[in-house]
Amino acid sequence: MSFPWANHYEPKQPLMRWMDEKLPLPRLVYNAIGAGYPVPRNLNYFWNFGVLAGLALVVQIVTGIVLAMHYGANSLVAFQSVESIMRDVNGGWFLRYAHANGASMFLAVVYIHIARGLYYGSYKAPREMVWLLGVVIFLLMMATAFMGYVLPWGQMSFWGAQVITGFFSAIPLVGEPIRVLLLGGYAPDNAALNRFFSLHYLLPFVIAGVIILHIWALHIPGSSNPTGVDVKGEQDTVPFHPYYTAKDGVGVAVFFLIFAALIFFSPNLLGHPDNYIEANPLSTPAHIVPEWYFLPFYAILKSFTADFILTGKLWGVLAMFGSILLLFFLPWLDSSPVRSSNYRPTYRWFLIVLALDVLVLGYIGGAEATARNVIIGQIATAYYFAHFLIILPIVSRSERPRPLPNSITEAVLAKHGGTSPAETALAH
Amino acid sequence: MVRTIALLIGAGFVFVLGIALFGTISTAITDPAPETAEHEFHHHPKDAGLSSAGLFGTFDKQQLQRGLKVYQEVCAACHSLKYVSFRDLEQIGYSEGQVKALAQAWPIEQPSVNPDTGEAATRKNIPSDRFPSPYANEVAARAANNNALPPDLSLMAKARHDGANYVASLLTGYQNQPAELLRKFPDAKTPQGLHYNPYFANLNIAMPPPITSDGQVTYEDGTQPTRDQMAKDVAAFLAWTAEPNLERRHAAGFATVIFLLIFVFLTWGAYKNVWRGVKH
Amino acid sequence: MATVDSTITPGDHPAHHDGDGHDPRRRDFINIAAVAWAGVGAGVIVLPLINQMNPSADVLALSTTEIDISKIEPGQSIKSTFRKQPLFVRNLTPKEIAEADAVAISDLRDPQSLEERTKAGKKNWLITLGVCTHLGCVPLGAGEGENKGPFGGYFCPCHGSAYDTAGRIRQGPAPTNLVVPEYAFTSDTVVTVG
Repeated sequence: MSFPWANHYEPKQPLMRWMDEKLPLPRLVYNAIGAGYPVPRNLNYFWNFGVLAGLALVVQIVTGIVLAMHYGANSLVAFQSVESIMRDVNGGWFLRYAHANGASMFLAVVYIHIARGLYYGSYKAPREMVWLLGVVIFLLMMATAFMGYVLPWGQMSFWGAQVITGFFSAIPLVGEPIRVLLLGGYAPDNAALNRFFSLHYLLPFVIAGVIILHIWALHIPGSSNPTGVDVKGEQDTVPFHPYYTAKDGVGVAVFFLIFAALIFFSPNLLGHPDNYIEANPLSTPAHIVPEWYFLPFYAILKSFTADFILTGKLWGVLAMFGSILLLFFLPWLDSSPVRSSNYRPTYRWFLIVLALDVLVLGYIGGAEATARNVIIGQIATAYYFAHFLIILPIVSRSERPRPLPNSITEAVLAKHGGTSPAETALAH
Repeated sequence: MVRTIALLIGAGFVFVLGIALFGTISTAITDPAPETAEHEFHHHPKDAGLSSAGLFGTFDKQQLQRGLKVYQEVCAACHSLKYVSFRDLEQIGYSEGQVKALAQAWPIEQPSVNPDTGEAATRKNIPSDRFPSPYANEVAARAANNNALPPDLSLMAKARHDGANYVASLLTGYQNQPAELLRKFPDAKTPQGLHYNPYFANLNIAMPPPITSDGQVTYEDGTQPTRDQMAKDVAAFLAWTAEPNLERRHAAGFATVIFLLIFVFLTWGAYKNVWRGVKH
Repeated sequence: MATVDSTITPGDHPAHHDGDGHDPRRRDFINIAAVAWAGVGAGVIVLPLINQMNPSADVLALSTTEIDISKIEPGQSIKSTFRKQPLFVRNLTPKEIAEADAVAISDLRDPQSLEERTKAGKKNWLITLGVCTHLGCVPLGAGEGENKGPFGGYFCPCHGSAYDTAGRIRQGPAPTNLVVPEYAFTSDTVVTVG
């Protein structure tokens, strides 16, 4: 799509003209992430995280393909082959730490990307499809991350596989057969490891495919912006390139800086010591926890300790999946016409509480199940569901939004205090 | 419609959580979880002051060689080191010839096959071998150790929280069970055959104190082999076996971070340059 | 990112005409520097991605093999392995040595004498890799009862290369003689290869 004032791709060199006639790939890129894509001029740094997520996926695919050249997907040798990567393969320690911490970077970036979408109402019309595809990507990422964590075949890998496939056993009647089907056995073993490896290799490419759809869907209405006000004219936008390529460049540099600090100076910070013990089907580690990015969901799972019609176990599993699946309905749960929470004085506070709530859930997910922690977890879980399913639909109807600016340009100029005579000319 | 269903589902989850919360609170009041000895008497590892700790940590090769000696003379009888190869010892300052001699003289031989009969046999170690395990398999290891399995030590420094310090603290942490513990938890008396050690997760470890007296190992470099020193040296050695690339990692990291700091500065400049004059 | 500098030439964009009066070319230097720096970074990061394909430390460590030759009778040979490749150790009979010496060196595709291919005083010990120099099949002739080919040495069944009793190529598509690896007699009965 484009706004009528978008730059047009006009290849000057004969070779590029020839290419454009035969396969207009440069034109596609130009219109997607080049100078042919007009973007609101007022995007803040939170809009960097989409590009960073794509970059993180590339890092994961590249390091992953290389690691797969050395990894042995067999329960007898998997742990040993990972150690061999760490000790004997040239630069193997770097590649493996990059891949392990790359997963954390990817999820961290995506969480910020999702939080930005929530705060600025990026899920609302006309961008519902962008949001829905994003939730699909998130689900695929979780599956990929989980299966990847099983591959080193350490204690946490094994017991993670045991516990997560155990979710399915909560389903009445068919649960246990499904679990056995998924594992290819009664406990995680070679069959499970092999299929997880196969799927762990496949899913990132599926993710890449859905990302293309995600970006395609985004380009139909164009990017949202911090005011949530629609683009009204040419003065509201700048071409993606060079303006946002330059701004994304800063984000990319900072991303790599943090990433490098993790890889080189604290590569096991986000991991768990027990995963340096080879899988032992006869002994569960004292304190099993998932990776940090699953902790909030793990807290939700653990919070359902009472039976009520269904077993507590089934409630926990339903709630955990529900906590993600409800995101699919978000565009219709929120009926407020205002996108940006900057102009939603009441809802804004609930969102800030939600952010803290998810952090609390993350803490509880990793903490011991003492009475105090369980109580905090149950209250936090209740807020999570109440926020999306009760508070949001009600507040979005009753709240009186603050007045919106008439246009993006007006908001920008108000921020900078007054207009400059050259302004209209500058805003390309 | 979506909103009505959502309200119902939301109310449902909150209601079930309410029931669960009520249950948790009432249990906490009527039947509070008892304090446990593990909770109260477990100690976090002491800082052993190893040179490999910290952002710019490096290995002290003399110390690693002493630690190897402690491993060889004290630990190796029960604990394997199966992810480390003899050839790796060149990284801690031994020459190729020394490694070969050390492998040849290693008391435990490498399992192999008799070339004439095909029966199981053993042969002398060569540098490309990994350290041989003292027991043929887990059953043998348990049978020889009162049904306790001596864990492999290759990754011990990464497989425990604060691993290198943990090893040093554990080795010197054996003591009599405090009288206070027995007063508070009369049932928690260390069972026969186990040993009280506050640095061990459940306080009672199957391993008998391995380092019992000063001078148990003779050092060639003149360092006094006190119990403390031997514990620290073997902890340093295990820090190396767990992460042999630590020094290379830190050096590469230093260069990378400087490179990226400059990159941040340059991209920031380019960003400011591209956007100059455009309010946003 | 990659073309920040190339598309915003002066005059192309109104943003470049705002006036603090500097030469726009000089200010664009920072854009070029940032892109160049990224290029250097991308170049450096490719190195470990390629280098990981080189043999790893455990593979390199297997680069010597010791072979006990005491049980090989004249006329017999054994197959051993060196760097995971087959290695032929052959105890030549006087007749085989004579056959090899009888060949005119100048007639050979890859001229070498038996002396050059064995150790001094150990002319009967022919030690070669069992890898055909054509395309890498294992030639026949080392095993008991295998076809030794028309020249009594080795014969590669894949494409018909025939080697003589000194392991030299005599017929067929292989370009060079069977490779003699570096080795030394550590005693009368033990050879260390590599």
